[in-house]
Amino acid sequence: MGFWEVTLSLLEGLEYTCLIFALTLVLALPLGLVISFGSMSKFKPLAYVVKTFVWIIRGVPLMLQVIIFFYVPGFLFGTPVLSRFASVVAAFVINYACYFSEIYRGGIESIPRGQYEAGQVLGMTKKQVFFKIILMQVVKRILAPMSNEVITLVKDTALARVIMIVEVIQAAQNFAGYGLMWPLFYTAVFYLAFVGILTLLFGFFEKKLDYYKG
Amino acid sequence: MPILEVKNINKNFGELEVLKGIDFSLNQGEVLAIIGSSGSGKTTLLRCLNFLETPEKGSITVNGKTIFSDEHKEYTDEEKRLNRLHFGLVFQQFNLFPQYNVLENVTLAPKLLKKGTDEEINQNALDILKHVGLSDRVDYYPCQLSGGQQQRVAIARALALSPDILCFDEPTSALDPELTGEVLKVIKELKNKDTTMIVVTHEIEFAKEVADKVIFMADGVIVEEGTPEEVLLNSKNERTRTFLSGFGNI
Repeated sequence: MGFWEVTLSLLEGLEYTCLIFALTLVLALPLGLVISFGSMSKFKPLAYVVKTFVWIIRGVPLMLQVIIFFYVPGFLFGTPVLSRFASVVAAFVINYACYFSEIYRGGIESIPRGQYEAGQVLGMTKKQVFFKIILMQVVKRILAPMSNEVITLVKDTALARVIMIVEVIQAAQNFAGYGLMWPLFYTAVFYLAFVGILTLLFGFFEKKLDYYKG
Repeated sequence: MPILEVKNINKNFGELEVLKGIDFSLNQGEVLAIIGSSGSGKTTLLRCLNFLETPEKGSITVNGKTIFSDEHKEYTDEEKRLNRLHFGLVFQQFNLFPQYNVLENVTLAPKLLKKGTDEEINQNALDILKHVGLSDRVDYYPCQLSGGQQQRVAIARALALSPDILCFDEPTSALDPELTGEVLKVIKELKNKDTTMIVVTHEIEFAKEVADKVIFMADGVIVEEGTPEEVLLNSKNERTRTFLSGFGNI
């Protein structure tokens, strides 16, 4: 089996890697914000429930969560409820939303109270204060921890192979069955390229927000 | 009819009584200076007027309309928001929005509140910025300005909503001494334009010059109230005299 054949096969795997990555990001970013509001809620019972939920999701290995999402509904209802791919995406979205929520919470709580009050005394609604004043400052503050999480997400997609999703690593592993080991090492190139692009992108965003301090 | 009537305002933080029955009134175009040592409740009083704190007791009446009364059920966020529009507040720490430039800081709220067309709002903001002497800084960001310039932007921002009463919470306390003058000058010019103002300040000389009325507060009560001459120059009250002697004024 030649280099191009392997590359093509890995690229097919990369399609799944990219899909899991993109869907998780698009869904977990807003969901994380909702969860962070829950954990900061002044209605204490809600805050406790949300914090317990975050503890459980962050406390259980993501690999196990993927397995749970795929198999447990089947045990309970007798038939598989989610497809392999949907199970992976659901587990990833919930897991990453919880991590994001803590980053959001840290960012939101770091904004001085005076910023909220300045908006309030100018007659803005709570929504306007949050979306027009606070959020953009939060984004600037959380960019670095967010880039960490997003980069981790790229590599976590490899966990999908635990329920036989053929992403990049699994695609390479399939060659190992024929006695070919080098495709497995070759996958590192794909991850490095992916993360390299993300690093450049985050650098660009950081520069874009560099025009102000605070 | 006074533009502002404050009656029997009481405010507690838990066990601590911060305001214990504050009464005063203010006429259109008057400037009230509130002096007193830190912890006397001056800032809390301003925060109550701006609905950043809710008093336990008392009433606040603006232009004959009671906007706060302890007999009223709890005020909703929307009621508080509308009530706030009667007042403007300039903070000690400026609290400009760092991600917006000077013009955007001034126009943000009027645009969100749909106070006019974008053109009208921009023009009005430029006029106000001209009055506070910042015409050449409209596209600067707060981090590029001195403290005195930032505070003048904050004043312009509050003025852009034309509040009935403009409040200042120690507007020069966070400034280097050489920068206080430019801010005080702006406040003086506002007085000449008949702006009703309440200024919490440690600048006794400034209060003497600009205020129509002075209130000296201590431990949550008004100890003495009167004209600058009465309170700042000829006070008969021992506590006022002790406080003022700390500034070398008596």
